[in-house]
Amino acid sequence: MEPKSFQLFPEQASTFAPTVDALYAYLVLVSAFFSLLIAVLVVYFAVKYRKRSADDPIPAPIDEHSTGGMILEIVWSAIPLGLSMIMFGWGASLFFTESRPPADAMEIYVTGKQWMWKIQHMEGNREINELHIPVNRNIKLTMTSEDVLHDFFVPAFRTKSDVLPGRYTTEWFRATKPGKYHIFCAEYCGTKHSGMIGYVYVMEQAQYDQWLAGGMGQGTLAEQGAQMFTSLGCVTCHTSDANGRCPNLKGIYGTMVALQGGAKVKADDAYIRESILYPEAKVVEGYQPIMPTFKGLVTEDGLVKLIEYVKSIGPKPGSTTAAPSAAPAKAPAAGSMSAAAAAAQSHE
Amino acid sequence: MTATPTIGTETEKNYLNHQHGLKSWLLTEDHKRIALLYLLSITFFFFLGGLMAVLIRLELATPAGDLVESNTYNKLFTMHGVLMIFFFLIPSIPAVLGNFLIPLMIGAKDLAFPKINLLSWYIYILGGIFTVYVLIVGGVDTGWTFYTPLSTSYSNGYVIATGLGIFIAGFSSILTGLNFIVTVHRMRAPGMTWFRLPLFVWAHYATSLIQILGTPVVAVTLFLLVLERGFHIGFFDPAYGGDPVLYQHLFWFYSHPAVYIMILPSMGVVSEVISTFTQKKPFGYTFIAFSSVAIAVFGFLVWGHHLYVSSQSAYAGMVFSLLSYIVAIPSAIKVFNWTTTMYKGSVRMTTPMLYALGFIGLFTIGGLTGLFLASLGMDVHLTDTYFVVAHFHYVMVGGAVMGYLAGIHFWWPKMFGRMYPESWSRLSAIIIFLGFNLTFFPQFLLGYMGMPRRYHVYPPEFQVFNVLSSAGASVLGFGFVIPFVYLTWSLFYGEKAPANPWGATGLEWTTQSPPTYDNFAVTPVVTQEAYQYSTEEVAHVG
Repeated sequence: MEPKSFQLFPEQASTFAPTVDALYAYLVLVSAFFSLLIAVLVVYFAVKYRKRSADDPIPAPIDEHSTGGMILEIVWSAIPLGLSMIMFGWGASLFFTESRPPADAMEIYVTGKQWMWKIQHMEGNREINELHIPVNRNIKLTMTSEDVLHDFFVPAFRTKSDVLPGRYTTEWFRATKPGKYHIFCAEYCGTKHSGMIGYVYVMEQAQYDQWLAGGMGQGTLAEQGAQMFTSLGCVTCHTSDANGRCPNLKGIYGTMVALQGGAKVKADDAYIRESILYPEAKVVEGYQPIMPTFKGLVTEDGLVKLIEYVKSIGPKPGSTTAAPSAAPAKAPAAGSMSAAAAAAQSHE
Repeated sequence: MTATPTIGTETEKNYLNHQHGLKSWLLTEDHKRIALLYLLSITFFFFLGGLMAVLIRLELATPAGDLVESNTYNKLFTMHGVLMIFFFLIPSIPAVLGNFLIPLMIGAKDLAFPKINLLSWYIYILGGIFTVYVLIVGGVDTGWTFYTPLSTSYSNGYVIATGLGIFIAGFSSILTGLNFIVTVHRMRAPGMTWFRLPLFVWAHYATSLIQILGTPVVAVTLFLLVLERGFHIGFFDPAYGGDPVLYQHLFWFYSHPAVYIMILPSMGVVSEVISTFTQKKPFGYTFIAFSSVAIAVFGFLVWGHHLYVSSQSAYAGMVFSLLSYIVAIPSAIKVFNWTTTMYKGSVRMTTPMLYALGFIGLFTIGGLTGLFLASLGMDVHLTDTYFVVAHFHYVMVGGAVMGYLAGIHFWWPKMFGRMYPESWSRLSAIIIFLGFNLTFFPQFLLGYMGMPRRYHVYPPEFQVFNVLSSAGASVLGFGFVIPFVYLTWSLFYGEKAPANPWGATGLEWTTQSPPTYDNFAVTPVVTQEAYQYSTEEVAHVG
């Protein structure tokens, strides 16, 4: 996609783009109509009713308490209100589509840092300031920041989302046209903010597969996560049976976990991330808050790998959500050290 | 039509020659003199902020970052925003025109708290000194929004000094608002009932409500920001256990209503000017009056529309979107009422009228493009792009500054007792209108194409519109210098102004130009509604 020197619209390259452009057209039409209406009336009145000589009589005041005046006020409040409710409804329904990634979306992890975009694919491919995706597939980006706020903006896809430190945000799209499109950081992030840019490469599936195959062979994200699970020593407590000092992580991803104090939390990306960095924040019922923090030991990229690992040993798609081995049914005796059998299992 | 000028000789006493010497100005408790102190100081900050804008537009004439470094560019747009918003736009009309006119318009001798009025100017200057200090020692590069954790943990600019400067200036705004509210409640002349008040006073009353209710929130927010940056107390940075989105909620809780602090007084000016130069009572007086109050109230409930893509819940976004459309309706009502006021009027295209009509046109575009941004799905594409930059400049410059210039030209003869050269002033009004549109209209198109704001360097396909914008900015900058020159000239050489050069109604026009120190020889008694052009005398001045 060679940039043209003059254009009024960015490329339409996602399923959102035609809808957003249609809403834009509606807004432009309504705005143009009212701007012109006001401009024409102001100019017409200014000319038609201009004061011609000093002896012009003082114009008769309009009786604003007349019913005519009241009707005018109601009409010119109601019509804009009606037209703007269309803007509201249309925009809101579009937004709900934009903010709800479809379940079948292919996941990609994005980490923003001053001033670059780091991308990790499930298959283990990594890239910087470039994002390769297949055309006509739903893509879900799970994003976080290592430092300040950023924002992942692809004008050709008509979507963006802030990228925040300390939490995950998501953004999804479905590219409709192969090509090369701008990525801009849209949330001001410091000195080289305008250099935090890159390109999305939308490719045909076959080319994409070829591109994937050429990636670095470090194994998938889940495999890399499994290695970290062992090397960081997680496996010594998070054993693969119910006898460990810490909850068995097999099958828990996406399930509801009972916490101390009776609350429940969904074991999603955010909860796993929090449990690694701030283990004492939400302790699973029946366990002691003995886990040390891994803050500073695991990078954002590493966290993503660990999450992918936990996900990979989670319930298989289609199976029931409650995996029996996940329930911390019994309070383990303090100090009971089980064999670190999970290590083997983690490499399955 | 005009009241007989009461000006006699050069030696006639007025507030300007009531006392002499620097001390008589710096220690004055006269609301009119304090207004002039503000006029001088905000003009200084306006041109300082304008200088930053010139450098920004020069840099953006080419895609590469070739004039200044990125760090400098970021400081330029930050200081431009801080100076223009906190030290020019927010004080502009209230502190200058409101200060000067509210006592005159309601038939009072002064504001309720003259000493607090002077104090508010000193507080403003103290805040300004902090900001000028920051400018001299090296600036700040966080953007005027000071988003965390960039501002608290990563920026190496003078964030604390800037934050304190704005924190301090905020108290000036609070005190001014407080003074206006008490004055309007307690100091109205006999017979000046609420619904006989000029719409200018209604607009300032609504503005004052926002100032006293909203400003403390931004003061607290900036204070927390200073604590986090200075002492690493975690409020906003996740690294210290804080929440960066909390900062955005707190910041916009004030800073969105702050837009109405800037625009409502302009709306008040426009109501006065259009009425005078059509010789008609504004159509729908009560609707215009109450729409000001409605804007002030609903304006507090829409801050979340700045956070649609900040990971705020989609349902919260929906509520904020709906409320944002509701707050647009009172503005639409005003525009329709002003336009209808011209119908069958006796229209004179004087300089203040040109600015007021310019206000209507530009504010209409600014308001309508706000509807784009209030729409959730549309905003996802447009937010943080040049579309937003264009939108808020249409509101704040096309709206607030146009209204300010309309007001300055309208009341200049009253304030200084001198007329300015009408041909020059009309010419500059037209130049400013054209230059403004050439500067900011292309930015709407740039925004839709996807150019993010606060970009020092940009891809070459965006250059055409940036060149147009920079060309417009040079016209606009030139346009702003002309009034500065002829208004200053008029102070010395301008024709003497009569008490009521425009045939306006309103108590301020019944006293001499410039007014005496005491405003009125005898407290006026008001016997009828405002804007009664059909009778010679509006009110009986003793």
